[in-house]
Amino acid sequence: MKTSVFLGVLAASGLTAGIASAQSETLQEVQDRGTLNCGVSTGLTGFSSPNSNGEWEGFDVAVCRAVAGAVLGDPQAVEFVPTTGQTRFTALSSGEIDILARNTTWTFSRDNDLKFEFTGVNYYDGQGFIIPKDLGVSSAKELDGATVCIQTGTTTELNLADYFRSNNMEYEPVPIETNAEAQQQYLAGACDVYTTDASGLAATRATFEDPSAHVILPEIISKEPLGPLVRHGDNEWGDIVRWTLNALIAAEEYGVTSANVQDMASATGDNPEVNRLLGTEGDLGAMIGLDADWAVQAILAGGNYGEIFERNIGETTPVGLARGLNAQWTDGGLLYAPPFR
Amino acid sequence: MSEMNAQTVPYVRESMVPQAEPPVTERGAVKWMRENLFSSWFNAILTIIGLAFVAWVLMHIVPWLWNSIWFAGSLTACREIRDATWGAGAPSACFAVITDRWQQLLLGFYPSELYWRPITALVLFGVAVAPVLFTRVSRQLLWFSAVYPVAMVWLLWGGTIWPYLLVIAGFALGVPAYRIGAKAVSPLLGVVAAIAVPILFWVFVLPPLSGALSSALPIGLEAVPSRAMGGFMLSFIIGVSGIALSLPLGILLALGRQSHLIFIHAVSVAFIELMRGVPLIVWLFTASLLLNYFLPPGTTFDLTLRVVIMVTFFASAYMAEVIRGGLAALPRGQYEAADSLGLDYWKAMRLIILPQALKISIPGIVNTFIGLFKDTTLVVFIGLLDPIGLSNAIRATTDWNGIYWELFIFIGALFFICCFAMSRYSMYLEQKLRTDHR
Repeated sequence: MKTSVFLGVLAASGLTAGIASAQSETLQEVQDRGTLNCGVSTGLTGFSSPNSNGEWEGFDVAVCRAVAGAVLGDPQAVEFVPTTGQTRFTALSSGEIDILARNTTWTFSRDNDLKFEFTGVNYYDGQGFIIPKDLGVSSAKELDGATVCIQTGTTTELNLADYFRSNNMEYEPVPIETNAEAQQQYLAGACDVYTTDASGLAATRATFEDPSAHVILPEIISKEPLGPLVRHGDNEWGDIVRWTLNALIAAEEYGVTSANVQDMASATGDNPEVNRLLGTEGDLGAMIGLDADWAVQAILAGGNYGEIFERNIGETTPVGLARGLNAQWTDGGLLYAPPFR
Repeated sequence: MSEMNAQTVPYVRESMVPQAEPPVTERGAVKWMRENLFSSWFNAILTIIGLAFVAWVLMHIVPWLWNSIWFAGSLTACREIRDATWGAGAPSACFAVITDRWQQLLLGFYPSELYWRPITALVLFGVAVAPVLFTRVSRQLLWFSAVYPVAMVWLLWGGTIWPYLLVIAGFALGVPAYRIGAKAVSPLLGVVAAIAVPILFWVFVLPPLSGALSSALPIGLEAVPSRAMGGFMLSFIIGVSGIALSLPLGILLALGRQSHLIFIHAVSVAFIELMRGVPLIVWLFTASLLLNYFLPPGTTFDLTLRVVIMVTFFASAYMAEVIRGGLAALPRGQYEAADSLGLDYWKAMRLIILPQALKISIPGIVNTFIGLFKDTTLVVFIGLLDPIGLSNAIRATTDWNGIYWELFIFIGALFFICCFAMSRYSMYLEQKLRTDHR
C-alpha cells in the first residue's frame, strides 16, 4: 500500500511539475490531503497549548488556523505537529510540516543558511529581566554582580553576555534547562534575576502566587521578531502564508472583525481596499491560487490580528501583554501591512 | 549421697519462685530500640538525625497532601479555594489538574468517543499475557496471545479490517510453506520458505488485495492517526512492543554472537556494539530527523513505528548481552551433554541450553525491561507527547501554568505501578523456577 502511494505521489508530483509551475506544489498537496500540517511548539503559554479537549489554542496556533481557513476554507482542518527546539527545522525542511509557526526568531542564518523563508512577523518580542520587587532594582543597568538564571543553548544566553559586557557589568550565570525549571529556581531564590523573552516573562509572572511582588525591568536587550516560516523552493506557498498574515493585520487596521466580516463581504462597500481584501472587488485571490473569499475565511478562523492577540495573550488574559511594538503603525506600533492592490 | 540429701532437703525449695518480668531495658520495644537504634552513642546520634529528617519531610508533605484540592478550573481557582478553606499561604496540593486532565495524561489526544478501544485493548492485553506469564492459565489461550499483537494494532489505529486479516493470513501461509519445503528438500529450505513466503505475500499480494477488499466490503473501525496517541498509552505501546520484540531478537543476537559462522557472528557483534555504543537519544533523533531525509519524499513512515523499531533495536542489544551472560555461565558440560545425546543445534539450544541460560538471566532481563520502559519518556525530546511531554503541554495552558509536583507525582505513580509489577513478577518467576535445594 505504501509503495503504491509513494509511486502515485511521484507520478503526481512529476505531472504537476511538468504542467503547471505557477500553481504552488505545497498548496496542491495540502488541498489534496484536505488538512494543513502545521508545526507548533509542544507547549508555550499563550502561543500554543492543548486545552482539556485536546484542541490546540494560542497565538501561533491562530496563524495555522487562519492559513487553513484561507487555503481549505476550514480552520479546523489542521494537523498540529508538536515540535521541539531541536526538531522544528528538520520537520519543516523534510516536508513533514507545511508551515512552522513556533515562536521562531527571524535571523539571518535561519533565513539563508537553513534555507527557510520567513513570511513576516506575528510577534515582536525581545529579551527582558524579571526581578523580585524587594531588591529595589528599577533598571537593568543596576544589575552589576547579580546572579542570573539563564536557559543554556539559546540566543538569550549570548544576548545576556553581550549586554553585560557592553555595559561593563559582572554577572554570575545560573544555567538551567527549561522554563519550568527556571520558574522554580527563581522562586526558590537560586538567582536574583531571570531573563528570557519578555512575553515568556509575563506568562511566568502570571503564574506566581503574588505577581505584584515581581517586576519586569523596562530594558529590552535584544530583538526577537517571531514569525511563521516555510521552506525554500515554493515561493507561491510562501506568498500565501505571508499574505494571510498580512490580511489579518490589514483587517484590524480597516476595522474588519470576525463579527462583521461576513456583512462586509456580502456587498461591495465604501472602502476599495477592504473590497479588494474581501474579494468583492478585483480578483486578488486568483493571483495566489485561492478562492476570492480567501481572506474572509482567514479572518473568520479566529478574527483579525487584534482579536487573536486579545484572546490569547492580551491584557484581559492571564498572560496580560500590552500591544507595545505589536500595535498597528497608526497606533505607534510596528505592524504595517502592505497595500492590498 | 542420701546423707547429703537429707542435709540439703530443708534448703530445697518446694515451689518455684514466680517468674519475674525481665528488666524494662531487656524486653519489648525498649529492648528493640536499645539494640537497633541506640546501641552506641554514634548510632544514637544517627537515629536522632534520621528521625528529625523524617519528621521534617512529613511535616512538609502531610499537610500539603492533606489539604489537597481536587476540583477547580485552574491553578488560580485552586489558590482561591485554598485561601478560603485553609487560610492564605497554607501548603496545599492542587490535584485538580489531574481531575481536569487525567484522560489526556493517560490517553493523549485519542478521540474521547473512542476511548473504549484503548480500554478494550488493555483488557485484552491482560488476557493475552496471562498464559505467557502463568502456566496455570489454559494453554488454549496462547492462540489468542499469538493473534493479539495484530488485534491490538487494529483496535488502536483502526481502519478496515482487511490488511490486518491478511497479515495474519501471511503468518498462516508460513506453516504450509515450512512443511512443504522441509518435506521436499531440507529443514533449512523449510525455514527459508517459511520466512520468504509470508514476506512475498505481504509485499506483493497484500496491498492490492486489501485495497480491493476494503473498497468492496469496508468493514472496520474509524481510523485514528498516530498523532492522536499520547500520554501513558504511548509509553505503554512503545514499552510493551519494545519488551515483546526485544526478547526474541536479543536471544537470536546472543546466539549469533556465539556462532561459529563468521558472517552471522560479525553481523551480530557489529549490531550489538553499534546499538549499545550510541545513546538512545541519538537513535531517537535518527528515527525522527535523519530518516526523514533518507526516505523518499511523500512516504509516510509512521513516527511512532520508527520509534518502536529504534527502541526495540536498542533494547535487544542490551538483551543480547544479558543473555550472553547467562549462556557463558552454563558449564561447558551442558553443551557437551547435548552433543552427546545427538541433538542438533536448535534442539540443543531449545531443550537444554536456553532454558537454563534464560533462567539465570531473569534478573538481568527484567532489569533491561524496566530500564526500557522508563526510557520511553525520552521520546519527549523528539516532540512526541508522552506523559512528560503532556505535562509540559498542560503547563503551557494559562490555566495550569506553574504546576509541577502534582503532575510528576501522578506520572511517577503510573510508572511505579508498572515497574514494580514487573519486578514482583520476576521474583515470583525466579522462585517458581528454582530447582536447586538451597
